[in-house]
Amino acid sequence: MIKARITVTLKNGVLDPQGKAIEHALGALGFDGVDSVRQGKVFDVELQGGDKSKVEAEIKAMCDKLLANTVIENYAVEIA
Amino acid sequence: MMRAAVVLLPGLNRDRDMIAALTKISGTPPVTVWETDTTIPDVDLIVIPGGFSYGDYLRCGAIAARMPVMRAVAEMAAKGVMVMGVCNGFQILLEAGLLPGALMRNETLKFVCREVKLEVANANTAFTRNYKPGQIIRCPVAHHDGNYFADAETLKQIEGEGQVVFRYAEGTNPNGSVNDIAGIISKSGNVLGLMPHPENLIETAHGGIDGRALFESVLGKAA
Repeated sequence: MIKARITVTLKNGVLDPQGKAIEHALGALGFDGVDSVRQGKVFDVELQGGDKSKVEAEIKAMCDKLLANTVIENYAVEIA
Repeated sequence: MMRAAVVLLPGLNRDRDMIAALTKISGTPPVTVWETDTTIPDVDLIVIPGGFSYGDYLRCGAIAARMPVMRAVAEMAAKGVMVMGVCNGFQILLEAGLLPGALMRNETLKFVCREVKLEVANANTAFTRNYKPGQIIRCPVAHHDGNYFADAETLKQIEGEGQVVFRYAEGTNPNGSVNDIAGIISKSGNVLGLMPHPENLIETAHGGIDGRALFESVLGKAA
């Protein structure tokens, strides 16, 4: 079995009102040194084993077709 | 006579209002199609109503956009059939790649449910020809993710090509949309997406009829 962790984040320059709200809440809790917070998503996907390059290509296709909206989001894949 | 189809997806909740509006204005009830349908009857207009398809899981409209019925919608759109997505329907059209850009969480983070003013930014479309250019109309909005975004290049293109059809007017932008964009049309001119709900302002019992001209335009009724 292959385990993949996919991290989806908003592209630079895309406004992240949720990240901003979290940033303000951290400030309200007294964490003064926070310059910026950006919120993202993590997907842990378990796949049947097989040829590694084929699995990598398949995960990339999953990200492009569904897991990320590449108009506003970037993604990164880690394979365990 | 113009014939319409309404796409039904689990989690939509504005479908009845949309069916009522189409029925009232065209005189004929629209046919309905489900998310698993792979073909759509021969119609002139396909409407995707508002709501919360698939509970807004992943991203608003993301799951619905990958359902079989949306492949059929894309095929019909490519043939020139008129397609209109309202609210969640607009989100679905963007996620399906039938319109450019994305809709993000409202800048205020709050769900907005109120009336706004819209400027008809392009009255030279099949959906808006019964409005006057620049006309200001009333229209209700009800959404959490209506904050339109597109990269600079896309924005330049849609602004340059007259693809921005509706803008929030008179300081009523409820969600932080770039350039006050409330609705856009495809370059081909047959796919329209908008966040506001014109179907909820078509008869005097609604408190106004400003949304009526949109339906009359696209259903081929004279002004």
